Amino acid sequence: MTATVETGTRPLPPLGPNRKLKLPKQAERTLANGLTVIAVRRPAVPLVELRLWMPFGRTHLARGAMLAETILSGTETHTATQIAAELQKVGGGLSAGVDPDRLMLSGAGLVTGLDRMLEILADVLTGATYPGDWVETERDRLVDRIQVAQSQPAHLARTALLKRIYGKHPYAIQTPEPGQVRAVRPPVLRTLHAERVHPAGAVLVLVGDMQPERALDAAERVLAGWNGDGHTAELPPAPPLEPGPLLLVDRPGSVQSSLRIALPAIPRTHPDHAALQLANLVFGGYFSSRWVENIREDKGYTYGPHSLVEHSVAGSVLVAAAEVATEVTAPALLETTYELGRLASLRVKPEELEQARQYALGTLQLGMSTQAGLASLTSAYAGNGLRLDFLAEHAARLAKATVDDVAEVAARYLAPAKAVIVVLGDAERVAGPLSALTPVRTEPA
Amino acid sequence: MPTRRAKIPATKYPVERFTLDNGLRVVLTPDRSAPVIGVAVVYDVGIRSEPEGRTGFAHLFEHLMFQGSENLEKLAHFRHVQGAGGTFNGSTHLDYTDYFETLPSNALERALFLEADRMRGPRLTEENLRNQVDVVKEEIRVNVLNRPYGGFPWLTLPPVMFDTFPNAHDGYGSFDDLESATVADAADFFRRYYASGNAVLAVSGDVDVAEATELITRHFGDVPARPAPKRPDFAEPDLTAERRTSYTDKLAPLPAVAGAWRVPDPVTDFAGYLPYVVLAEVLTDGDASRLVERLVQRDRSVTSLGGYLGFMGDPFDVRDPTALLLQAHLPPGGDVDKVLRTIDEELDRLATDGLTAGELERTQARMATHLLRETDAVLGRALRMAVLEQQRGEPGLLNELPRLVGEVTEEQVRVAAATVRPERRASIEVIAGGAR
Repeated sequence: MTATVETGTRPLPPLGPNRKLKLPKQAERTLANGLTVIAVRRPAVPLVELRLWMPFGRTHLARGAMLAETILSGTETHTATQIAAELQKVGGGLSAGVDPDRLMLSGAGLVTGLDRMLEILADVLTGATYPGDWVETERDRLVDRIQVAQSQPAHLARTALLKRIYGKHPYAIQTPEPGQVRAVRPPVLRTLHAERVHPAGAVLVLVGDMQPERALDAAERVLAGWNGDGHTAELPPAPPLEPGPLLLVDRPGSVQSSLRIALPAIPRTHPDHAALQLANLVFGGYFSSRWVENIREDKGYTYGPHSLVEHSVAGSVLVAAAEVATEVTAPALLETTYELGRLASLRVKPEELEQARQYALGTLQLGMSTQAGLASLTSAYAGNGLRLDFLAEHAARLAKATVDDVAEVAARYLAPAKAVIVVLGDAERVAGPLSALTPVRTEPA
Repeated sequence: MPTRRAKIPATKYPVERFTLDNGLRVVLTPDRSAPVIGVAVVYDVGIRSEPEGRTGFAHLFEHLMFQGSENLEKLAHFRHVQGAGGTFNGSTHLDYTDYFETLPSNALERALFLEADRMRGPRLTEENLRNQVDVVKEEIRVNVLNRPYGGFPWLTLPPVMFDTFPNAHDGYGSFDDLESATVADAADFFRRYYASGNAVLAVSGDVDVAEATELITRHFGDVPARPAPKRPDFAEPDLTAERRTSYTDKLAPLPAVAGAWRVPDPVTDFAGYLPYVVLAEVLTDGDASRLVERLVQRDRSVTSLGGYLGFMGDPFDVRDPTALLLQAHLPPGGDVDKVLRTIDEELDRLATDGLTAGELERTQARMATHLLRETDAVLGRALRMAVLEQQRGEPGLLNELPRLVGEVTEEQVRVAAATVRPERRASIEVIAGGAR
């Protein structure tokens, strides 16, 4: 029944010719202290984006998290408030974040304030003091934030999945316990800073309305005094996935189940990567995928299912995630396994591949079209040893991948037999139905 | 330390405006710095316009606009946008609903075709309606019911501050109302509000103005002309006495509180409104801001803090009545009354003693960065200009905002702060039912 319109026959306009991927003007320099600086020009708005990626693997979890909370809390010459105010004066701001691979300082400001932002950055890198009162305040705030995170189903599901897939690897636990955070004192932060916040292996990315060479000069002038001492730590390779019974994490009373499926994946430079990216798109990596069309647009089980290849320094993994209504948890898993199995066993249609290919190529262009997007992409690439030139190589591989290539990688990486499955939900209501599909092991949250 | 202010820069995005014979207003803002475009269609209908007994209908209807149209089967819209290398979405606000794509610029004509097709009329079927009611219920579960602080404060504070249905009701909707929605309701809603005369189309990015104009005329020119409905008056009087309420969130581990104060009409009294936009940032933007310094660092009575204009955080995309909001999460066992009293005290101090040297200038410089950064995204420009055209007839205001924010004076901020008084405040407290 159609209430408002009759179906028509207007033809869909064709696409114009594809625009060739054009890399922006850039320059790179490695300073004497080991810091790599990459500057990229995008003059669209009079701003500059800054990303400083510092290798931070194998750092004590709670201390690392607290260092990120307090690195901007004061230096020999500035209090935390002064740091924030000085940055604001040039329209700037800095924030710090940490994950098992890296410590990241990032920000943006008016491009006229680039030198000043770099000076403040240098002051923090060489002279952060971790004042006792600030550390105490931030310790309490981090504990509060962890408690809020631990009340969120997405966080709990992620935590359970990481523990399940990484076992004893440092990636297994990424959020410290409140008790560990409470034990962190300023002296250990100063020690950790001295040991690990150093330029060797670090990459500073600057993107904005400036001449790249001039930005490199400014960075060299201001950051040359950051010293090169301290040690680095190699992360062991991430372990392969070990399929087993579905892990059901009990969250009594939950009105939805958080479904998480991990599958094997490979790094960006691997010859299979482009085809895997396309296979993932066809499965669940964008809205027009089989999985989304099935469990959302046909069945109405869920709002925002998505699957993504996640790249970390020590390994890559494909994670599919959906929040589904409690009463359809097992049917949603059934459809998910069906779609994975279908992709691993049967060839995709050429038009499905073309659609995914156009999406992959188009979103490369979109990702490069803002200063912030370029900065994050350049930094993520650099943290994994790549440069923006790799975009062109990756685009060429995407353009070349065939139906056979996609079939081959789908069988290799997306087979449901290789999946690690974690469900967070109300065990009393979902354990039975799930057990009809696969062996289930239940744990408390 | 010196307090010299940074010079506030401006953008110069060109703006072309015209109106088709059917009343559709069009804004073009070309920028050829990257081979991408943004396309936005904004309809002048939002949460405030949905009928009683149909809470959540504007948002549900937004979903239905993606379910096929005259020449497009269900799923076709998504596939055609993404198969052109683009991304899409839509969102429902208090005063408008937007639909948008960002794509490589070789897909301009395709995007125009897709938007024109659904402007002529979506395929409203019982099956699609039931499917999208289910999807929307899952959306509400994800964003409200299954998480702590769901809907706080954007859904929970309006009913404290406002008395009339349009301003006070839950814009996500009750499950009962969503389930009661019919195809006939949807058809009526479309006929009434999704009129060519009630819409604005904006296209930004890598386009040639003459070519884009020709394509727009070709695809939208024969959309049947329907006039805009008369927009109802949603005005409500300001509060004359404090309003305060609380509720228990059984998932929330920490207490929280949000307060709102009415502000001048953002459209008809923009000059009176802007100082409040600046005030919110003076109070809460970063470690050097007033309330962060006092509440987070000195008193340690709150653990996180935010301040913004509009219940959906959309200072330049909302009409009257709207509000300045402050919200805070407290440490376990925190004292909400004390936090509110301290906020009053700090606003009083600001109104009485004024700002410190450089405090206003640095806040304005930071606001300029935020505003410029949003406009760097091609889609951001299309969306903002479409709404500025719809609500003000002034899309070029986007270029002026950093400068106008920078021209707000200390005196204006003091005067604004002086009105942010407890007797004009509506507040809501979240009692931590999930505290351990």
